[in-house]
Amino acid sequence: MSVLTPIAEDLWTSEAQPRLIGGKLASGKIVFPMPAGDAAAEVEPWPLSRNGTLWSFTRQDFRPKSPYEGPGESQHDFVPYLLGYVEIPGEVIVESLIVDAKLDDLKLGMAMELTIVPFNSQHTTFAFRPERAA
Amino acid sequence: MSDVYIIGAGIHPFGRTDHRSGRDQGVYAVRQALDDAGLEWSDIECAYGGSAASGAADIMVNELGLTGLPFINVANGCATGGSSLASAQYAVGSGAYDLALATGFDKHDRGAFNADPKSYGLPEWYGQTGMMLTTQFFALKIQRYMQLHGISRRTLGLVAEKAFRNGAKTDHAWRRSEVDLDTILNAPMINDPLTKYMFCSPAEGGVALILASEKKMRELGADGVKIANISVRTRPPNSFEVFQPAISVEEGGKPTVLASKAAFEGAGIGPEDVDVAQLQDTESGAEIMHMAENGFCKDGDQEQWLAEGRTEINGKLPVNTDGGCLACGEPIGASGLRQIYENVQQLRGRGGARQVPTQPKVGYSHVYGAPGLAAVAILQR
Repeated sequence: MSVLTPIAEDLWTSEAQPRLIGGKLASGKIVFPMPAGDAAAEVEPWPLSRNGTLWSFTRQDFRPKSPYEGPGESQHDFVPYLLGYVEIPGEVIVESLIVDAKLDDLKLGMAMELTIVPFNSQHTTFAFRPERAA
Repeated sequence: MSDVYIIGAGIHPFGRTDHRSGRDQGVYAVRQALDDAGLEWSDIECAYGGSAASGAADIMVNELGLTGLPFINVANGCATGGSSLASAQYAVGSGAYDLALATGFDKHDRGAFNADPKSYGLPEWYGQTGMMLTTQFFALKIQRYMQLHGISRRTLGLVAEKAFRNGAKTDHAWRRSEVDLDTILNAPMINDPLTKYMFCSPAEGGVALILASEKKMRELGADGVKIANISVRTRPPNSFEVFQPAISVEEGGKPTVLASKAAFEGAGIGPEDVDVAQLQDTESGAEIMHMAENGFCKDGDQEQWLAEGRTEINGKLPVNTDGGCLACGEPIGASGLRQIYENVQQLRGRGGARQVPTQPKVGYSHVYGAPGLAAVAILQR
């Protein structure tokens, strides 16, 4: 199996415990992702905390059209996936895939943590999962 | 600005019309509106119109006649219809013209809208990883709203059940059959908590409205409905909208709330004065949330409102009397003008089987769309 590469460059840090890279505006407001091009001027890259709480969630039950590049070919081999928004306290509320959970497990306000997961045959992507008891 | 009246309204049935292009459905609606107002195309002094996916509107002159009138193409996403109407209102209200046309039409492919991240200024990974879907936004918004404000799944189903019941009574609706609550609730899920019957579908259709000055309306002896106010607003800081990879931790305003307040202030009335309302119901949850965002009830009151049938045609505040987007589908360029068309028919007492029985005097309509904009129009008899 070939080595998977991140779905985009500079989306998260290359630390052992990766963090998503947001941006801090001159006003102090935190945004995600880090803006690109001219919009990045005067924005300081800002690695976000790895932990947050679930703000909302849903499940994608049909295969999205292009530009979706998830695994499988059609609705027949499509596996529904979870996604939602995770509030990183004091920073920003990030939209993310959710892994290691079932729809029924999800509740507003539950503790979530960042993880990097295989996405398709070529790339990894970021996701949040319910925080595990130590 | 002087008062402006809608004196003619035409519609091409929504849904699927394989043999007719989107623009031709617009032309059909224009001819019907002209007939309704007792006018010829050559009487129209200026025109505004557009579509999201069916090309420019000004080419309609090929079919309607080369009268030389100024015809402005409007391309404003989900607010295309509302923006066309507002522009036509300004043209007449300013005194520059006495008769103007506002039209919108569209014809979309089947299935959910396909969004290109680049055209929204978003990174490619957002689309590649399957997070750039309008249906998800509505599910995420209502999921949180339901938990915070105690709205049940059954109430989501009641909204859809009402839409199909009203659609069954509406000539221009696409879905003309009632669907029972159990079928709606047990249908395949699209994005939890929303099943397939709780979402509207991209569709086809065309609408045309003819606007006149008060002087012209009297001269023609036309059956007019006054435009009390039209307000269009784009999103304020920190709002939660479609296609946002992240949102602010500070809770911001909502474009619907801003447009609604501006429209009520402009019309000099309040939510309690409204007799019939057409609210953006891209899905069942949107109608519920928009009831509160437009000022008709408090967050959470919808649970009781729906249980008591207060938004039924014979209820205290009938909502989406023609079945709304759920029963009519959503041809983007025409959808907002369909709401106006429906209110014009209701205020004129021409609603037929779906007529609000209390002789409505004030009609309210509200459109919401990407990337965070809202348009509200208030009509008065």
